[in-house]
Amino acid sequence: MIGGALVVGYAATNPMQAIGAILQGGGDDPEPSAFGPFIRITDDGWVTIVNKQQELGQGIHAGLAAIVAEELDADWNKVRVVDARSNFRAYGVQMTAGSNSIASNWDLMRNAGAAARTMFVEAAAARWGMQSSGVVVRDGVLSHPGSNRTATFAELLADASRQTPPQTPVLKRRQDYRLVGTDRVRRKDSLAKSTGTQIYTQDIQRPDLLVAMVAHSPRFGGKLLRFDASDALKVKGVSHVFAIETGVAVLAETTFAAKRGRDALRIEWDDNEAEMRSSPDLVAYFHDIAAGRTDVEPGSFQSTGQSPEAPFDGDVVEFAFDFPYLAHAPMETLDCVAKVDGWDVAITSGAHLATVDQVQAALTARTVPGRVDIEVIPAGGSFGRRGAMSSDYLVECVRIAKRVEGRSVKLIWSREDDMRSGYFRPMSHHRVWVQVGSDGFPERWRFHSVCQNLLPLAPNFTATEGIADSPNLSTAATVDGKIFTPAFPVIVGFWRSVGNSHTAMVMEHVVDQLARRAGKDPVSYRRFLYQKAGDTRRLAVLDELCARAGWDTPLEAGWARGLAIHQAFGTIVGQVAEVRLLDGRPIVRRVVAVVDCGIAVAPDQIAAQIEGSIGFGLSAALYGAVTLKEGLVQETNFDRYPVLRMNEMPAVETYIVASDNKPTGMGEPGVAPIAPAVANAILALSGTPTQRLPLLNSAMNAGFSIGS
Amino acid sequence: MSYTLSVNGRFHDVDEDGETPLLWVLRDSLSLTGTKYGCGAAQCGACTVHLDGRPARSCSIAVRAAVSAQIVTIEGMDGAEAVALRDAWVKHDVPQCGFCQSGQIMSAIALLRNIKQPTDQDIDLAMSGNLCRCATYTRIRAAIHDAAAKLGTST
Amino acid sequence: MTRHPSKKGRWRHRVKIAFASIFGMIFVAAAAGLGYALYPRTMPQTQMIEDRLQPAELDRLRQVSDFDEIADPTVRSVALFEEAGRVIEHPRCMNCHPRTDRPTQTEAMRPHTPWVTRGADGRGAPTLRCSTCHQAENFEASGVPGNAKWRLAPIEMAWQGKTLGDICRQLLDPARSHMTREELLHHMAQDELVGWAWHPGANRRPAPGTQEAFGSLIKAWLDTGAACP
Repeated sequence: MIGGALVVGYAATNPMQAIGAILQGGGDDPEPSAFGPFIRITDDGWVTIVNKQQELGQGIHAGLAAIVAEELDADWNKVRVVDARSNFRAYGVQMTAGSNSIASNWDLMRNAGAAARTMFVEAAAARWGMQSSGVVVRDGVLSHPGSNRTATFAELLADASRQTPPQTPVLKRRQDYRLVGTDRVRRKDSLAKSTGTQIYTQDIQRPDLLVAMVAHSPRFGGKLLRFDASDALKVKGVSHVFAIETGVAVLAETTFAAKRGRDALRIEWDDNEAEMRSSPDLVAYFHDIAAGRTDVEPGSFQSTGQSPEAPFDGDVVEFAFDFPYLAHAPMETLDCVAKVDGWDVAITSGAHLATVDQVQAALTARTVPGRVDIEVIPAGGSFGRRGAMSSDYLVECVRIAKRVEGRSVKLIWSREDDMRSGYFRPMSHHRVWVQVGSDGFPERWRFHSVCQNLLPLAPNFTATEGIADSPNLSTAATVDGKIFTPAFPVIVGFWRSVGNSHTAMVMEHVVDQLARRAGKDPVSYRRFLYQKAGDTRRLAVLDELCARAGWDTPLEAGWARGLAIHQAFGTIVGQVAEVRLLDGRPIVRRVVAVVDCGIAVAPDQIAAQIEGSIGFGLSAALYGAVTLKEGLVQETNFDRYPVLRMNEMPAVETYIVASDNKPTGMGEPGVAPIAPAVANAILALSGTPTQRLPLLNSAMNAGFSIGS
Repeated sequence: MSYTLSVNGRFHDVDEDGETPLLWVLRDSLSLTGTKYGCGAAQCGACTVHLDGRPARSCSIAVRAAVSAQIVTIEGMDGAEAVALRDAWVKHDVPQCGFCQSGQIMSAIALLRNIKQPTDQDIDLAMSGNLCRCATYTRIRAAIHDAAAKLGTST
Repeated sequence: MTRHPSKKGRWRHRVKIAFASIFGMIFVAAAAGLGYALYPRTMPQTQMIEDRLQPAELDRLRQVSDFDEIADPTVRSVALFEEAGRVIEHPRCMNCHPRTDRPTQTEAMRPHTPWVTRGADGRGAPTLRCSTCHQAENFEASGVPGNAKWRLAPIEMAWQGKTLGDICRQLLDPARSHMTREELLHHMAQDELVGWAWHPGANRRPAPGTQEAFGSLIKAWLDTGAACP
C-alpha cells in the first residue's frame, strides 16, 4: 500500500522520469556523455550535437544544433549532427509534429548548450587560477583577454568533463547571439543529399534482409477473406507468403521479386464493412450534414454573443466551400526495417513520432517499450504521413518481422500502396453565413463545418483551427460556430498545416469577398479588422507585406495580386501572389511572403520552408484531390495526382519580421495562405469567387500553365 | 539469366530476370542506392541515370535492354558539370528531404552538357520531368544558373 | 491588452489537448494491445482460388467486303475511310498527332505529363528526349509504353481538333503528309509505330480491329478513289 502510494507520489512529482521509467524499463541508455545527452565533444575539437527530432527535410537538425552551438559558443564549422535513437529517458518526448520542434525544445537546447559552456568556463578558470567571469568563449576557444591565455575545447576536455553540470546555467542575452538568427546556420546534410550518399530507409541493405511487400485491401474497411499464394511462391526469390492483420505479406530476396510475388497473389476481400461510396456521394452527404438533414449532431466550436443561434437578419451573405481528400505523396514511399529477436525489436526508419512508434512496436511484438530500439534516420519527406499515431506502416513491418524472427525485414510500399493507404487530409465542407453591418464589416458569423476527426479521443478542433482563433471573429458581436463530425471508414490524418490547409482558404477568401462587397481594398479592410482586434502582430505582417509586394503599385494588364494572412502553430504568414489567367487557368509568377515566427533561428531555412510550403500548397490548390469511385482510390500515382513541377514554380521572396518572442514553428504555416492568396487574385481578375479546391478540377489539366 | 552491365566504368555480372527494371538491379544487386524509387512509372525522375550520356528513368528500362549501354549513376558522376552542380547545390542548400536530388542532379548534368548557359525556359524543359515534393525548385534553378556561370568563367 | 495573452492561452490549451490525446491514445492502444496479446487471432492460410478470366471486350473493324453493297464508288470510298477513321481518331493515334508541340496522353487525351516538347526531330528536346522514359518496347513493369520509332507526327500532320474530312484531305496532300499514296499505305498498314496502337500495353485500350484490317480499309479507300468525307 505504502509502496504504491510512494510510486504514485513520485510519478506525480516527476512525471517525465516516471514515463521514462515505464518507456525505457529493461532497456539500455545511450552512451553517457559528461555534457548531457545532447552534446558529445571529442579531443579532435569536434562537437557532436544529438538531434532528438526527426529530419524530414525541414532542416530541424541544423536549427536545434544551432541553438546548442550558440549557447555553447562552439565553432559551427566543427559541429556535426547525429540523429538520436528513440529514448525517452535520455531525450524526453520525441515527436516531430505540429511545427513544434524548435518551439518545444528552445529552452531544453539552450540549457544544454549553456550548461556545457559553463563547465568549460569553470575548467578554464580553475586551470588558470582566476574568476570564471573573466573567461571568454568564442568559436570553441576559451580565452582570458587580460592574461592572453587561450585554450580550446579539446585542450580543456578532460577538465571540463569532471565539472558538475549546473542545474540552471546562465543563458546568453539575445543581443549577444552570433549564430542563431544569421545565415551562418546552414544545413549539415546538403553534401550527402547532393551526392546520393544520404541513406534513407529504402536504401538499407543487410546480408540477412528480406524485402516485404503487402497486398492491402483496395477499399477502406475491407477485410481479407481468403488468398491463394501458390503462384506467388513460384516466383524466383520469393521465400514467404502469409496473411497479417492488414493483408497478405510477400517476402523475397529482392524488391522486384517481392513485387512480382505480390502481383501473382489471388485474393478475395470481404467488403461488407468497407466504404463503397464515390466522392460525389460523399460531397452530397457532407452538404446534407451541413443542412441538418442527417443524424450527425453538431458540436459547438465557438459561441459568443447573447443568442448566437438566433436567426440572422438584415444584410446576410452566404458562402460555401468544398475541399477534397489530399494525399501526402512524399517522394520516399512508406518503408521500415525491423528485426525481432526474442524480447528485442530493432527498427530503422524515418520514424516521425519515435516515442509513439516505440510503444506501438512494443505492443505489436508483445515486448516492453524499453526493449524496442528505433534508429531514427532522415525520411524522404513525410508531410505528416509518417506521423500517423497508429504507426501503421511501422507496426505492419514489426508484425511481419515477428513472423520471421531473427531476420531483418525491409517493408517497402509501392507508390500505389502509399497513395491508397489513407491518412488523407480530410475532405470538408464549410458553410458560412455573415450578417454585415452598415459599415460593411461583419456583425455576426455562423459556421456549419463538416469534417472527419483526426483525433479520436479529442474534440474535433483540428477541423476548425484557423477559424476559431481568427481576428475576424473576435471583432464580431456574435459567433455561432458548429462542427459536424461524421465517422466512416476512410482514414484521415495529419497533412502539412492540418486544419489550416482548408480553414485559411475559408477565412481569407471570405474576407476578400466581404471587402469587395463593401467596396473596400482588401488591405484596408483587413487593417481595420486587425486594429479592432488589437492584433499588432498581424498588423506588422500586413504592413511589411504591402511594402515588400508593392501592393499600391499597378501591375501589367491581365495580372492581379491576391493577399492572404493566416496564423498557424503560433506563426503568422502573409503572402501576396501575382496571378494571371490563361484560358481560365491561373498562372502564378511571384509570391512575396512575410513571416512572424518569433526569434528566427535559421533564416535561410525559414526561407526554404516558405518556398517549399508555397510549392506544396500550390500543388494542392491547383491539382490536389484524392477521389473515390465505389470506394476505390482513383489517384494512385503522379499521373493522376499531379504535383507542382519546375515549370510551374513561382519566384518566392521571404521576409522575416524582427521579433524577440520565443520562436514558433516554420514547417507548416507557409502552406495555408497560398490557396486563398491565389483565389483572391482570381477574384480581383475575374470577379469570380472560388467555392472549391482544386482550382483545376481534374488531372485533365495537369501542368497546363506551362510555357507561359 | 546472367547479364553483364557496364556501370560507372566497371563491368558487373548480374543474375536477374531480364524484365527486372534496371533500377532494382542497381539498388538491390549492385548496392548503388543513390538512385531512388519514387513512383515506378517514369513520373517522378528520382531514378534518373545516364545511359550513353543521356538521362533515362531506370524504373522503366528492362535490365536486358540496358546491357549494351554505358550506365552511369549518381555515384559514378564526375566531370566539370557534376562538380560545379554539386558545389552549387551545397552553396544554395538546395536539398530539403533530399530524396529526389540524385535525379535532379543527373538531369541538371545532362542539361549543362547540352546547353552551357541555359535560360529559365531551358531549365523548365530539362527539369520538369523531376518532381520535388519539398518544392526546392527555386533553389534548383538558382543553383543551375550559378553552376553554369562558374563553368562559363572557368573555361 | 487582455486579448493577446488569452488567445495565446487558447492556443496553448489546444496543444495541451493534442498532447493529452496523443498520450491518451498510447494508453488506449496499450490496453487494446493487451487484449490482443490475450486473444491472438488466427490468420487465413493460403488456399486454392480459381483464376477468373475477365471476358475480353473486342472492338472489331468492319471488313472491306461489308462495303461491297454500296454501289457508288465515291460513297463507298467515303464509307471505307469513315470506318478507318475509327482508328485514326482513336486516342492511341491522336495522342501523337497533337496540334501543339506537346503530345497528349491517356484516353482523356490530356496534355502529356511531364511537360515535353517535340524538339527538332519529333523525339523531344535535347535535354528531355522521349527516350528518357520510352524505350524500344512497352515495359510492363512500369506500364510505360514504348516503340523503337517512338516520336511525334510532324506538326503539318496535326490531327487533333480537326474533322475527319480535314484529316483525310491532309493525308492526301503530300506537302503536309510528306508521303506519296504508296508511302501512306505503308505507314498505315505496315509501320510498327502505327502498329503499336493495337498493342499499347498496360491497361490501355487498343485501337479497334487489327492493323491488317485497318490497312485493308485504307487500301480499299485508296483503290476506290480516296474520297474524303
